[in-house]
Amino acid sequence: MNTFSDSVSTALSLIASFDPLLGSILLRSLAVSACACLLACSAGLVLGAWLGVARFRGRDAVLTLLNTLLALPSVVVGLVVYLLLSRSGPLGFLGWLFSFNAMVLAQTLLVLPVVTALVRQTIEDADRLHGEQFQSLGASGGTRSLLLLWDERYTLLTVLIAAFGRAISEVGAVMVVGGNIDGFTRVMTTAIALETSKGDLPLALALGLLLLAVVLLLNVLIALVRRWRERMDEDLPPGAAPLLAPQQHQRGTGP
Amino acid sequence: MTALFEMNGVDVHFGKVRALQACALRIHAGERVALVGSNGSGKSTLLRTLHGLVRPTSGTLQFDAAARQAMLFQHPYMLRASAQSNVALGLWLRGVAWKEARTLALHALERVGLLGLAQRNAKALSGGQQQRLALARAWAMRPQVLLLDEPTASLDPGAKREVEALMEEFAQSGMTLIFSSHNLGQVKRLASRVMYLEQGRLLADLPTHDFFNGPLPPEAAIFVKGERV
Repeated sequence: MNTFSDSVSTALSLIASFDPLLGSILLRSLAVSACACLLACSAGLVLGAWLGVARFRGRDAVLTLLNTLLALPSVVVGLVVYLLLSRSGPLGFLGWLFSFNAMVLAQTLLVLPVVTALVRQTIEDADRLHGEQFQSLGASGGTRSLLLLWDERYTLLTVLIAAFGRAISEVGAVMVVGGNIDGFTRVMTTAIALETSKGDLPLALALGLLLLAVVLLLNVLIALVRRWRERMDEDLPPGAAPLLAPQQHQRGTGP
Repeated sequence: MTALFEMNGVDVHFGKVRALQACALRIHAGERVALVGSNGSGKSTLLRTLHGLVRPTSGTLQFDAAARQAMLFQHPYMLRASAQSNVALGLWLRGVAWKEARTLALHALERVGLLGLAQRNAKALSGGQQQRLALARAWAMRPQVLLLDEPTASLDPGAKREVEALMEEFAQSGMTLIFSSHNLGQVKRLASRVMYLEQGRLLADLPTHDFFNGPLPPEAAIFVKGERV
């Protein structure tokens, strides 16, 4: 119990003292995970939406593989990225090993299957219920997936939270490819692992509590934005139609 | 007279389920066809097949490709957007520029009495208003054929009357209506011809007056008496 109370007081004193080292670690953690989520969500939303409506031979195998990747151990991702980025690896020429970019790449690969699988399931469920109506209106598969993606945007915010949670809480991949270098690639989770191994449990737990507090704050912010937008959202944004437009000229007059 | 739809020996199977069996029919422009039958009789499948959403497993279906179609579903899906945008979307998907589509959408909303709600979120509208909105979306496409799958099934009497009035107006303007319904009073009021389906088979196809007054196959007669729903 002492450890917990010590941890809470340590966490509070760290926050209150605006410890610059802690601040840099926290900001680095957020930056790495935010970049990874941005990249993974950009690709995962499109890929997941496409998989949600597309029907092709071998789709079941692709989905099985995708769902298997959900359980991908982060340390394995770290190892793969390490091999790719190591001097003799195919991406060794980038010189990214033990850098910020390497950590972003590793977390992106870790989060991408999560985003893709969850988006795929959301869009496929929506398409099963309403896809026929879009088809009746003349929407092709691609347009249908984009419309459903847009319409399910509030549900997909939860996917974003899940993705960010997965990214910021992982330790194996960033440890392997980042190296936990002080002031350079040290992030919250690797710092926690280091402090634990040094026996400074209150500090390690304090860092953990701080990490949780940051994620909690982000979740609250997203929930507030979601509620506010749901109340305010009355119309298609002016840019929505042109964004969806590329396929409209391929369609005929419908059935 | 060329038929808008001509079906011969059409079967539709969903796995082991035979949703339609040996269906044969001809529907001409300007007709108001009601599809009746108990739940699971194949009414919705027939509508979806005519609309091109379901492919016949066997048999032939010919339709006039030049005749524009629109379909109204029992629970129309509306995007999380304004009523105006939802109507405009249908037009935009048919190739109308977005700006023009939004202008045309206002005309369509006016047509169904929803102009005052143009900027309201479509999801926030009542069931009856959503059904009228879906009618506006369909009407905006200027279809020659309107297919309606139980359009008033889940509406209160007032909303039912409003939707029926719009269907009547559309039919008066020359639009071909093909609709499914459990409401025999509605069928009497709106249809010029009634088709009775049971277990995917088309058992009766008669003018409305004959359907309600003439001899019927035993299964259809039981249905009309209200002993099978």
